[in-house]
Amino acid sequence: MSFLAIDHMNKYFPSHSGNGEVCIFEDVTVKINKGEFVTVIGHSGCGKSTLLNIIAGLETPTEGGVILNGQEVTGPGLDRMVVFQSFALMPWMTVFENVALAVRSAYPTWSSQEIKAHVQKYITLVGLQGAETKKPTALSGGMKQRVGLARAFSIEPKVLLLDEPFAQIDALTRGVIQEELVQMWNATRNTVFMVTHDVDEAILLSDRIMLMTNGPSARIAEIVDVTIPRPRSRETIIEDKHYYKIRNHIIHFLVRHASHGQADESGDDAKRSGPVEINFRNRATNTYEPAVTH
Amino acid sequence: MGIKSTQHPFFISVFFLGIFLFAWHVATISAPFDPTGKTDEELMVMEFNGDIMQTDDGQYVWNPEKEKVKGVPGPLTVLEKAWIELNEAFVIKGTNDHGIAFLVGYTVSRFSAGFLAASLVAILVGIVLGLNQMLFRALNPFIQILKPISPLAWMPLLLYTVKDPKWTAVLVVFMAAVWPTLATTAFGVNSLRKEYLQVAAILQLSWFKRLYKVILPGAAPTIVNGLRISFGSALVAVVPAEMLLGELGVGYLSWIEWNNLDIAGVIFAILVVGTVGVVLDSGFNRLAGLVTYRE
Repeated sequence: MSFLAIDHMNKYFPSHSGNGEVCIFEDVTVKINKGEFVTVIGHSGCGKSTLLNIIAGLETPTEGGVILNGQEVTGPGLDRMVVFQSFALMPWMTVFENVALAVRSAYPTWSSQEIKAHVQKYITLVGLQGAETKKPTALSGGMKQRVGLARAFSIEPKVLLLDEPFAQIDALTRGVIQEELVQMWNATRNTVFMVTHDVDEAILLSDRIMLMTNGPSARIAEIVDVTIPRPRSRETIIEDKHYYKIRNHIIHFLVRHASHGQADESGDDAKRSGPVEINFRNRATNTYEPAVTH
Repeated sequence: MGIKSTQHPFFISVFFLGIFLFAWHVATISAPFDPTGKTDEELMVMEFNGDIMQTDDGQYVWNPEKEKVKGVPGPLTVLEKAWIELNEAFVIKGTNDHGIAFLVGYTVSRFSAGFLAASLVAILVGIVLGLNQMLFRALNPFIQILKPISPLAWMPLLLYTVKDPKWTAVLVVFMAAVWPTLATTAFGVNSLRKEYLQVAAILQLSWFKRLYKVILPGAAPTIVNGLRISFGSALVAVVPAEMLLGELGVGYLSWIEWNNLDIAGVIFAILVVGTVGVVLDSGFNRLAGLVTYRE
C-alpha cells in the first residue's frame, strides 16, 4: 500500500455566475511512496495548489479523499507541513521565534533547552546562523524561504508540501536554494509533494512529475518518471541523456495544453485509461511526439 | 543663525509662535483711558458704572476688573491667570473649586476608564466578528448605524438609565471610543493573511495560542489604527460631556470660567485640554510603537 494516496478525488467550486458549480479537477488518483519526491506541473488555475491544500487538510475535496499512512486526512496536522509560495512567516516574530513556534507545537514535552538546540540546528542547516534575531522584513526572499524550509523540516513531518516554494525568489538564488533543498531532502528522505511551474526545478528535484491538464475539469494526464540518477546537481543533470527528453516532453505537454480546446480533446482520450506513465529508460528512441496520441 | 539651523522645524515653530503671540498681544492691547473731551459729569457716570476709576493722584484709568470681561484678554493676562492657577494646582478651595491638577486627574481617569473599557469590549467583539464572516455581515449594518451617532447624543438616555452623572460621563467616552476600534479590529482580523491562520492550523495551535500568538499580533497594526481613531474621538467627547454634566474636570473648567466671565480662564482651560491631549497621545503612540510591525 502506498504511503500517501489521493483517491478518485473531484473538486467543485461554486461558479462565479452563481448558478451551478465549476469542476476544478476530477478523478485525480495518485499513489506516492514513502520517501518519494513527487511534483505536479500545470498551468495556472489548473487546481494544483488546491490539490496541495487538500492534502494539507486546509481545503476539503468534493468527492474522494486522501489517505496518509493508512489514515484518512480530515484536517490540517503536524504530519503535513506546507512551505508556502508567500513564505507565510509571521512578520512580528524573529527568525528564531518563527521556527520555535513550530518546534514547540510539534514537541510540546521538550524543555526550552531542547527546543532551542533543535531550532538552532535547523537554522544552521539552512545557513541562517547569525540571523536568528532578525525579523522577516529584514531578510531577502531567498532567506525568507530558507526560514520557511527550516520551519517545515524542523517538525519532521511525514509529508512535506511545497507550494511553488521558489516562485517569488530571483532566478540566481532559486538555483542555490533548490540544491540546498536537494541536500536537506537527501539527509531526511521526507516524502515530498511539490507544486510548481518550473520545469527545470521539477526535473532537478523530483522522482516523478505529474502533468496536469488545464482547468476547468483538469486531470492528471501523464506521470513522467525522472530517470536521472541521484545525486543530482544543476551542473551535472543537464549532461544526463534523459534530461532534454524529459524536459522537452514536459514543455511540449504544457504548450499543447495551453489552449483549452486541445486540452479537452486529449483529456477525453486519457480519461478512459487514466494517467499515461512515461519512462524514457524503457523507450528505445524518443521523438517529441506527445505520448498520449499514440 | 546658519541655514542649517533655520531649516530645523523647531525654529520655524518658535518663529510662528512668536508671530502669533505678538499679533495676539497687539490685537488685544487697549489704549489707556483718555479723559480729554469728556465732561466731569460724564466721567462721574463712567466711574459710577465701574468703567473707570480714579487713582491716588487723581488721574482716571480703566477699571482693571471691568477690563477682564471687555474684549479678548491678551497673552500676558492669560499667562498671569495660568500662573495663579498653576500655583494653586493642588489646592481644594470648595466643592466645585478644585486645583487644576485635580481637574486634570479627574478628566484623565474618566477618559481612561471609558477608553479602556471600550477598547477591551471592541477588540474582543471585533475579533469574534473578524473570524466569523457571516456574523460580521449580519451585524455590520447595526455597527454602521451606531458608528456615526455623536456620543453626546446618547447622554440624555444614559443619564436617564444609569442616573449618575459620573458613570454617564464614562459611558459617553465609552460610546465615543467603542465603534472605530470595533470596526477596524473586525476588519484587521478578517483581512489577516490566511496563510498565517493556515500555519496556525497546521501547527495545531490551541485556540488561545492562536489568538495571542497569531491573530492579535497579526491584526495589531490595524487594531492600533482603530484605537488611535477611538482615542481622538474619546478625547473630543470627554470635554463636552463634562461641560454638560457639570462633572469636575478640564472640560468643566472651561465652562465654569465662562460662567465666571473669566475669558482668560477659558483660554487657559483650552490650553490645558490641549496639553492633556498631547500628553495622552504621545503616551499612546509609545504603546502603539511596541506592537506594530512591517510586512
